[in-house]
Amino acid sequence: MSATAYVLLEDGTKFEGEAVGADAHAVGEVVFTTGMAGYQESVTDPSFAGQLITFAYPHIGNYGVSDAAMESSGIHARAVIMREGVNHTETPGSTGGWLDWLVAEGIPAITGVDTRALVRHIRSAGSMRGGVFPASVSESTARELIEAEPSMVGADFAKTVTPSEVIRVGEGDGPLIAAIDTGIKTSIVNHLVARGAVVDLHPCSTSSATILETNPDAVFMANGPGDPAALDYVVQTLRELVGKKPVWGICLGHQLLSRAVGLDTFKLPFGHRGVNHPVKDVETGRIEITSQNHGFAVVGPGGAHTISVDEPVRFETDFGAAQLSRVNLYDRTVEGLKLLDVPAGTIQYHPEAGPGPHDAHHLFDDFLKDVQQVA
Amino acid sequence: MPRRDDLHRILILGSGPIVIGQAAEFDYSGVQACKVLKEEGYEVVLVNSNPATIMTDPEFADATYVEPLLPGPVAQIIEKERPDALLPTLGGQTALNLARSLHEDGTLEKFGVELIGANYDAIGRAEDRDLFAQTMAKAGLQMPRSAIVSSLGEAMAALEEVGLPVIIRPAFTLGGRGGGVARTEEEYRKVVARGLDASPISQVLVDQSVIGWGEFELEVMRDHNDNCVIVASIENIDPMGVHTGDSVTVAPQQTLTDRLYQKLRDQAFQVIRAVGVETGGSNVQFAVNPETEEVLVIEMNPRVSRSSALASKATGFPIAKIAARLAVGYALEEIDNDITQATPAAFEPTIDYVVVKWPRFAFEKFAGADAELTTHMKSVGEAMAMGRTFQQAFGKAMRSRELDREADVSGTDEELLERLETPSADRYDVLFEVFRRGVGTDVVRERTGIDPWFLNELRALATNPDAAFAGERTFKAVDTCAAEFEARTPYFYSGWERTKDDEVERGTNASVMILGSGPNRIGQGIEFDYCCVHAAMTVRASGRDAVMVNCNPETVSTDYDTSDRLYFEPLTLEDVLGVVAVEKPEGVIVQFGGQTPLKLAKGLEEAGVPILGTSVDAIDLAEERGRFSALLDELGLQAPPYATAHSVDEALDAADGVGFPLLVRPSYVLGGRAMEIVYSRDGLADYLEREAPKDGAAIFLDRFLENAVEVDVDALCDGEEAWIGGMLQHVEEAGIHSGDSAQVLPPHSLGPEMLAELSRQTQAIALKLGVVGLINVQYAVADGRVFVIEANPRASRTVPFISKAVGVPLAKMACRLMLGEKLADLDLPEDPMAGSHVSVKEAVLPFDRFKEADAVLGPEMRSTGEVMGVARDFPTAFAKAQAAAGSALPTHGTVFLTVTDSDKTAAQGIAAMLHDAGFRIVGTRGTAQAIRGIGVPCDALNKVAEGSPHIVEAIESGEIDLVINTPTGSGARSDGAEIRRAAVAAGVPCITTMSSGMAAARAILAAQRGGPAEVLSLQEIHATTTPA
Repeated sequence: MSATAYVLLEDGTKFEGEAVGADAHAVGEVVFTTGMAGYQESVTDPSFAGQLITFAYPHIGNYGVSDAAMESSGIHARAVIMREGVNHTETPGSTGGWLDWLVAEGIPAITGVDTRALVRHIRSAGSMRGGVFPASVSESTARELIEAEPSMVGADFAKTVTPSEVIRVGEGDGPLIAAIDTGIKTSIVNHLVARGAVVDLHPCSTSSATILETNPDAVFMANGPGDPAALDYVVQTLRELVGKKPVWGICLGHQLLSRAVGLDTFKLPFGHRGVNHPVKDVETGRIEITSQNHGFAVVGPGGAHTISVDEPVRFETDFGAAQLSRVNLYDRTVEGLKLLDVPAGTIQYHPEAGPGPHDAHHLFDDFLKDVQQVA
Repeated sequence: MPRRDDLHRILILGSGPIVIGQAAEFDYSGVQACKVLKEEGYEVVLVNSNPATIMTDPEFADATYVEPLLPGPVAQIIEKERPDALLPTLGGQTALNLARSLHEDGTLEKFGVELIGANYDAIGRAEDRDLFAQTMAKAGLQMPRSAIVSSLGEAMAALEEVGLPVIIRPAFTLGGRGGGVARTEEEYRKVVARGLDASPISQVLVDQSVIGWGEFELEVMRDHNDNCVIVASIENIDPMGVHTGDSVTVAPQQTLTDRLYQKLRDQAFQVIRAVGVETGGSNVQFAVNPETEEVLVIEMNPRVSRSSALASKATGFPIAKIAARLAVGYALEEIDNDITQATPAAFEPTIDYVVVKWPRFAFEKFAGADAELTTHMKSVGEAMAMGRTFQQAFGKAMRSRELDREADVSGTDEELLERLETPSADRYDVLFEVFRRGVGTDVVRERTGIDPWFLNELRALATNPDAAFAGERTFKAVDTCAAEFEARTPYFYSGWERTKDDEVERGTNASVMILGSGPNRIGQGIEFDYCCVHAAMTVRASGRDAVMVNCNPETVSTDYDTSDRLYFEPLTLEDVLGVVAVEKPEGVIVQFGGQTPLKLAKGLEEAGVPILGTSVDAIDLAEERGRFSALLDELGLQAPPYATAHSVDEALDAADGVGFPLLVRPSYVLGGRAMEIVYSRDGLADYLEREAPKDGAAIFLDRFLENAVEVDVDALCDGEEAWIGGMLQHVEEAGIHSGDSAQVLPPHSLGPEMLAELSRQTQAIALKLGVVGLINVQYAVADGRVFVIEANPRASRTVPFISKAVGVPLAKMACRLMLGEKLADLDLPEDPMAGSHVSVKEAVLPFDRFKEADAVLGPEMRSTGEVMGVARDFPTAFAKAQAAAGSALPTHGTVFLTVTDSDKTAAQGIAAMLHDAGFRIVGTRGTAQAIRGIGVPCDALNKVAEGSPHIVEAIESGEIDLVINTPTGSGARSDGAEIRRAAVAAGVPCITTMSSGMAAARAILAAQRGGPAEVLSLQEIHATTTPA
């Protein structure tokens, strides 16, 4: 088997394969996702900015690509690492082959990699920097390129994916939602709009005053890439909005609200990326199978990275009482936050799915009902 | 809510004998349930009539009843044991139907037994087609649309509703005559008109056609908190139209977008909620139109199923085990994931490999059977394979089939393409051939409807079979989570990667490898899996690591709990040597998995792998006629005259020397494949024409001893001493394959001197062969003389039955011998058959599935399963076995006899007994005359050829309650064949030998005298003998 490309990690671990995407190299944080389908949704999710995605499932590309599976206007992952990349073009409704599309979009990709070995390595050694390189790039050059890449810790990637000006989606007299767009997924916008909302996507550096001027019915904190600790400017904006407007948020938005109420965030060893994580709502006892994509998580009020009890953890914040409302049953990390004295709450996972299960779709209904009640 | 403390004793129902559609998967699920409930501290009462199951090993339940799975006996057991609850969802359709009956007849209410795992109403909503359709409609889910119409006008109105294309089936016509598919309105008018004409009641059924749609299955689990998860998605490569049990299937689904897959997932949850399965697993089947993304619900099973066993093995998520815990009160989040031991069962497995399941068929056993694959399941077993890619998995699955002969793929391209249009057992062999010849995927797509994604992969595999297996074999773990968490359970498969990255943590402990028996087939089924599981238990108990290699997803042996390390691999020399390379075992056990591992023994030995127990040479000595015959001569033992031939001419020449009648068969076969009795030179010539010896392979010709009694003897031997474990007398005369014959332990008509002689001969053969482990010897006893028919120095099909009958686990004992212990160490009872009970084994045959084939027994084995009846006397045990086998003997009514002349005397005796017992006796002219001759009234009925009203009509109209019919020994189109076929179709017990006829008559008399037979647990029966 000829190797025409390779994956190199910052610790020197190397995996060979064949180049199937754009003829270029890419460096960044190497992460893995365990979802078995939804590859197009993943690579177009802005939360993957700065990262190279390893797909744990071998066959990727089975049903081609289509407009319906776009989570943003383009690909945000820097490269794709696969065991068995497929360029199938015959699926009804698809607009083309997956590998053709990666080439057209200029994304390097490698196939034939023992992705399970790679995933096991990351699982035990942690997510790390690395790159996908054509065989023509020497290992020493590759090593230099990796070394030159800044670490994900402390990285502000939101600014690279946020719009430069406000974009309005939806119309009508439904509630106006001001979304602080740190890299929002199209599915989230679609869910809000489908329920009658009008959504303004604000650049993430927008001030609270500017947002308040638009007189929104609620503020939505979006998902997005990078380290939440690097986004103090957004946290500050948020602190100025909490209590004034109902706030809801997902993923990075959840981490930012947590920071806004005084909680810390930390980098998970290898993140949560997949569509099968069980999350328990400790207020109701219900369990949802969730779509996840995050490398950082929220530290509990006592400083613990995990929650051992199956009940809400209450604590005091500058905005009154709050509680941790959801827990990940895999590693017992925080999955939800709720403020009790003001209308605000966030979740770590992805109720919009895209890709993944629909178990948490109802949260969009709950959110818009709450907004209407407040309004 | 954790464990329910208000329950103490729980009744579990098994699924009975292995039949097509209900096989070893329910032993796997039942064993898991028994283990879990015992672990949770409940007392377990188990009922299953199948002795070849691990679940009926006495250690798995507190009380084990090998009794018929019928409302009567089970009600008796309930009255005796007074369980608090009944768990009916782990024993297939049999258990579910039985639970429904026990609810309906008031038994459960009377004894205060709660149904757990599924409630009565939910079972009804899933099982009753109309109720299910109503339930789905109420939940807003689509099913295939259909209508019943009686005129062209109605038909046109119905078309609006149903939509084209449609399938039109006239009501009450044989085999759907006059029906068809309509794709246009014009065709529709034409076919409906023709159908209305063909139907005697002028009625046609109009069904929306989903032929060619994709078929998908989702395995759902739900707990009492209403939390639901999908364990696995399974995609059928064969599109709709082929039963999923007969389809080649793949997990996870490959061709659906995430969006469409999530739609199926949402609907699966809606289905389980609407049906109301409160806790446990269900299987939901969907048809998906890939063009329109239309999704239709086809059906759901509110219980553990064949697919859930597959899903469990495919993902490592043990559905039955978890279903049992859910049934006694736990929630999914309260149950640990065994594999990670760090995460809960409330999650959805995700995998990083591909699983392919392949059905195993047995059409060669049923001359005349329709081999087209339809919505009616016909396969008898299955193999599963895992690979890192679809092509690896598919290639491994093809190897795992262990076909007796290669598929015939000769013919022109067009002929092959035409064959592809009809789904068949060799469909993929043909498909590979047309790809090798350069036919394009679009052409194949048109003929088969198979999704292009699969066709592209299959064409690549067909035209370049080595590419998928390039690189190095590397053993990966099955871990439910795509490596996100560390796997604690050592469950492995091999894939091929650029560089080796084995995940096996072998440790330093000595290991013993047990080779399983591969896909179940007729002649090699669950009995061998039973032995392999016992071997694993024994190896573990000896302090060594037990290593299992097998590829059958239905079985207990491929439960990761059974061994220390499980390798899910094809049983080919190359694949087994791959496992040897990482395991470096102290030895390999090839004695327990039937022919499959035996065939590998020589190759393993040549590769330097130590074989435990009986040597490979001794196995060969017993199989090779010439050598074995010399051995018998040396011991002064007799065999029937025989000859070996390698060509048609040689066979015909040798025949006269041996003497007719002859038993002919090819060498090295299990289950009597292609074995026949011929009475003349013409008959032999006819046989040889059909089964011509190929490539110099041997044909055996044995003198067939008519009217002999056959006996199976199973013994243990340590090389120095032999011990008789049990003797089985066949109820049928010689000439019926031992697998198909009813058998009795202890022998009911042989005197102590004859038993002693059989014992002496068996010991002599075992010692001479140098057996270390098990040996089975088959004898024919004729006129007081003993003839050795064959010796098998390995575990035979009879081991589980004998073990249960005598209360000594023979396979475990044999394994201890193979590991070095001596018979003297085993503390065996001197006379294991000394108990005060009689055990009868009865075979269960699949003739109801193959209605076109003749339902007569012969030297070729055709049964799929067996049942056991245990009682204090032979007639009662025989009656129990008959009832368990699905042909309960009547206690009153009409018996019909038609027998060959040589059987007329015996028929007279039976008729007299049954007449005295109050039966009406009828017979064909000749038989009736003979019966009247001894003064017993007997009405004559016409043969079919004699015209209406004839015997077949009488059977079909329900006039006949018991048929006794001995075959004339000729063609399949004979009257006897029609009679037996009608009896099978009508569910009337049909007895084809005089000795079982006599046994049946005695059993009927016993039942009339004694009322319902006493129910006995194995623990009661063997209370006096010491179980090891």
